[in-house]
Amino acid sequence: MKNTFLSPINIVLLSLLAIAAPEPSHAQNEINIQSEITVMGRAKPVPISLEGFTGEAAEVLRFDLWVQGFSFVAPDAAQYRISGSGSGSVQGRVIDAISKQTKFSRSYTGATLRKQAHAFADDIVETITGKKGIGQTKIAFKAQSPGGAGEIYIADFDGHNPQAVTRDNSIVAAPAWAPGRALFYTSYEPGNPDIFYHNLSNGERRIVAKFSGLNTSAAISPDGTRMALILSKSGSPDVWVCNVDGSHLKQLTATPVDESSPCWSPDGQWICFATKMGERRVLAKVPAGGGTAQRIPTSGVSNPTEPDWSPDGKWIAFTSQMGGFDICLVPAAGGAATVLVAGEDPSWSPNSRTLVCTRRAGGRYTLSVLDAMTKQVKDIGRISGNDSQPAWAK
Amino acid sequence: MKTTKWIFPLALMLALTLAATGCKHKPGTVTKLPGTRSGMMGESSEGTKPGGSFDPNAGGPVQTGGGQTANAADFENMTMDRAALAAHTLHFAFDSAAIKASEKASLEAVAAALKSDSSAKLLIEGGCDERGTEEYNRSLGERRALAAREALANDGVDPSRIRTISYGKDKPADPGHDEAAWAKNRRAEFILLHPKAGV
Repeated sequence: MKNTFLSPINIVLLSLLAIAAPEPSHAQNEINIQSEITVMGRAKPVPISLEGFTGEAAEVLRFDLWVQGFSFVAPDAAQYRISGSGSGSVQGRVIDAISKQTKFSRSYTGATLRKQAHAFADDIVETITGKKGIGQTKIAFKAQSPGGAGEIYIADFDGHNPQAVTRDNSIVAAPAWAPGRALFYTSYEPGNPDIFYHNLSNGERRIVAKFSGLNTSAAISPDGTRMALILSKSGSPDVWVCNVDGSHLKQLTATPVDESSPCWSPDGQWICFATKMGERRVLAKVPAGGGTAQRIPTSGVSNPTEPDWSPDGKWIAFTSQMGGFDICLVPAAGGAATVLVAGEDPSWSPNSRTLVCTRRAGGRYTLSVLDAMTKQVKDIGRISGNDSQPAWAK
Repeated sequence: MKTTKWIFPLALMLALTLAATGCKHKPGTVTKLPGTRSGMMGESSEGTKPGGSFDPNAGGPVQTGGGQTANAADFENMTMDRAALAAHTLHFAFDSAAIKASEKASLEAVAAALKSDSSAKLLIEGGCDERGTEEYNRSLGERRALAAREALANDGVDPSRIRTISYGKDKPADPGHDEAAWAKNRRAEFILLHPKAGV
């Protein structure tokens, strides 16, 4: 694992080489990472035209395709022409405007019109980009009333079909998905911030961490067996790891400063988190089984927090605070950070291209969906006074 | 929301709590950070030792932190008196958990209240202004509460009588979005706890 990451020095070297000439002796994946650095946040949207869709089907298609890097133009300027109808049920066709070839033509039945439109959008995305679409994925988030109490919600990735997971009228925080339709989250319902496990299939829930002090920021390993979390029981907020039932607890950091927001590398080897070194906020990672923590450089931006490691392993998205708050990306090994848009607390989609994040507007929080490659972004509907801390189901 | 399923984990936690209590340090002592974690979980030879730690101030002065946190079970059946120590709320600088020299009098008043009533305990609520991310602030608020706890321990208060809770920025004293509101929200509040009558 370690060998496949670029060190900061290699990143700098590669940047120089990229200007001079391609260096054939470097591994292919390193070159791919390097070329994506120049693309992330700067890619041009793919121009498409939409014809024949009205109402809800048109609305779903426009949202789904916008936040996956498509823009809408007149048919004669489009790279792909998408046509069809969405009355009663969805049927659609995609034509490559250059080759005039029909990429596919399909009709959708069952479920709801909305779901049919998401399914069509997913087929468009997969046909054109080769990546699986996000139209039928779910998010969890915190919806907080102005008084401070809130509930954990789940919804479609675009904010539709919201459902309250909790009904405690208590302060809640930091929902995290586990494989198999289960959530972990923090609730103050017991009179202390404790971590709950909540099975969404049968409603069963139980407390898995209720130590004295802070129990928060559960993050579940990609294989679903281990949980990283923040506990303050040692006297300072530190990163700990345990089995998802709370057993085999192990302390991973022991600093007098505060750690926050652990997340896992997709191979389960590392836990990345926010901490301070020499009074400066930094991102760091520690082997999930214990070991020496090392800094992840985020050059060009300051005060990084809230890291989230992309499922493909290449990127860490995070929040930087420089006056306002910005969503940023850095290669997983560290290096030059790319600022995308204003926002906080990014969470990756399963296909490692789109992010859901929080945006402050008029003193309130709302959720936004952001395409990391083109920076195209759209807010989603608000449940409560403040919606924040989104987590995308993988 | 079946509550019956909680019984096993609660029993497990109780067992772990008892295990922790069994090895508790003598009252009145504070374990400095980085400190031992003995007795915090059911001790076994593997899995419970601290992993490799790292010191962000390597080469600098030795850092101290708070003592081990108090046992939450000791704080049940207490009533909250929010008024008694409301005048002694500590306030902090932006992004800091350091207790200012100007707060000494407040700390002394809180310490005196606890020393004069041996049955009383203390809850410290840590809070932050809105200019930080949510979980970062939740950790910062906890550090503020723990800093106040350690200062009281240094004043001679048994830290096992003190419990901390961080609200991050979820419970502002002032909901405003200006410096005056932020200054009020960067705080550690002291809530005096009394045993319920008849307990």
